[in-house]
Amino acid sequence: MSAYGYSVMAVMGLNVMLAVSLNMITGLCGQFSLGHAAFYGAGAYAAASFATAGAALPLSLVAGIVVSSLLGIVVGFASLRLRHDFLAVTTIGVSFLFVGFVRKQLWLGGEMGLGKIPPSGLGSQGNALLILACTLATVAFSLYVHRSWMGFGFRAVGDDEETARSIGIPVSLYKLVAFTLGTAIAGLAGGLYAYFTQFVVPDSFGFIVSVVLMAMVVIGGTGSTLGVAAAAIILTLLPEVFRFMNEYRLLIFGGLLVLVMRFAPGGLAGLGRGGLAILRGR
Amino acid sequence: MTPALQVHGIAIRFGGIAAVAGVSFALERGEMAGLIGPNGAGKTTLLRIIAGVLAPDAGRVMLSGSDVTGLPTARRIRMGLAITHQIVRPFRSMSVLENVTLAAGHRLTANPLAALLRCNRDPEEARARVILARVGLEREEGKAIGALPLGHLKRLEVARALAVEPVVILLDEPLAGLNHSEAAQMMDVLAAVNATGITTVLVEHNLAEVVRVCRRLIVLDQGKIIADAAAGDVMANPAVRAAYLGTGQVHAAA
Repeated sequence: MSAYGYSVMAVMGLNVMLAVSLNMITGLCGQFSLGHAAFYGAGAYAAASFATAGAALPLSLVAGIVVSSLLGIVVGFASLRLRHDFLAVTTIGVSFLFVGFVRKQLWLGGEMGLGKIPPSGLGSQGNALLILACTLATVAFSLYVHRSWMGFGFRAVGDDEETARSIGIPVSLYKLVAFTLGTAIAGLAGGLYAYFTQFVVPDSFGFIVSVVLMAMVVIGGTGSTLGVAAAAIILTLLPEVFRFMNEYRLLIFGGLLVLVMRFAPGGLAGLGRGGLAILRGR
Repeated sequence: MTPALQVHGIAIRFGGIAAVAGVSFALERGEMAGLIGPNGAGKTTLLRIIAGVLAPDAGRVMLSGSDVTGLPTARRIRMGLAITHQIVRPFRSMSVLENVTLAAGHRLTANPLAALLRCNRDPEEARARVILARVGLEREEGKAIGALPLGHLKRLEVARALAVEPVVILLDEPLAGLNHSEAAQMMDVLAAVNATGITTVLVEHNLAEVVRVCRRLIVLDQGKIIADAAAGDVMANPAVRAAYLGTGQVHAAA
């Protein structure tokens, strides 16, 4: 595979990790977040700082996970006191706060970002394969969570908090766990991204990125791991396959979002289930 | 024997209004009491305080002898309390069986880590099926919530409460919105549930059905208990007739 092929694979993998981890928070547990890129960025900056200071690859990646999930727990605490629409607005705030904060931090490179991040030592092929492995692990973990009793509990919390409480589910704890898991994976994706590009700037983690990730979740089918992963792959590949579309990337995402909301609110996953039902003759 | 449920001196004010003003009673294990009174008497508020949804300004709530006054709802559920809502609140994204199975797994879901480590639902599903049969929903288990009539949703509410293996069950108007025969059937289900030894507090406006099944009636009016005795005595009590039935005609029993 060419260097270009590896780079497309890496970006695709990162997007799948981010969309699937956002789906854990929003799809499985019902907590609407429009700030996922901030956690991605926190992971990227933490890993980049550690790598620049001479830390080895595993340690830098762990630093990304820890910093991002700590930030996730803080935002998770906000979710305990907020209703859905207020939480959405709050997470938008987190998105802007993150970029605004990082831009003013000279030790994080300010507007210019952090460059000269040491290479992972794996080469472009090795980087892509590492990202692919983490992507597959994320998808497998998300599928497992969905099947487990914890996923069952998440569904209850997302469905009706008061009823969940009435059968003894510790609702607040479940929300915090969802935020911690989802943001930890976003932090890992951030760390992998830092090693992949060896260069991080604040604008790579802005509000638009959060919105695009949410679009992937909705287009894939909120709650469905495989649907969301498929949407992340398709939405990453579309602009690559049709070069002329690159200019109109956001326009196309927006248009798809409107079409999905109007004609297939279940997203790709809903269409897939409908198709299977027709094939089985029901 | 320690009472299954004790409330002692419960009081709560909303603004200038004393919604509940010093209410005390105790229920022995297996007892069933109807909690009645006119609209605004404080019945639902009292249930919400017992359930831990509202914190009282004064007073204590004891479950099987332990003080649960400061504990959150989820903890009280684990200590043997179950509640059904006046307005049905099923998990709408789940089937009937899933609704009850999830409740049957309440010990597992109480700890997210333990819940993460298990996928098998067979034992909980088996228990859920037994409970669905007890409330007469065994043929609806695969159905989506949207497909159920109100009478079935009310039973599902009871099934979910039973699935947490309660010592005490609080029922907030389980008959509201049901027609005559549905209400009678539901009341038979509740009587059978109580007969298995589950202490029952029933808030209900359908007096005919309450009197038919409950031996003990507690009457609330303006946040205070005005009568607490055997059903027959309470219905004959002039104070109750004046406060609760107004003109003295037993219109609600018709």
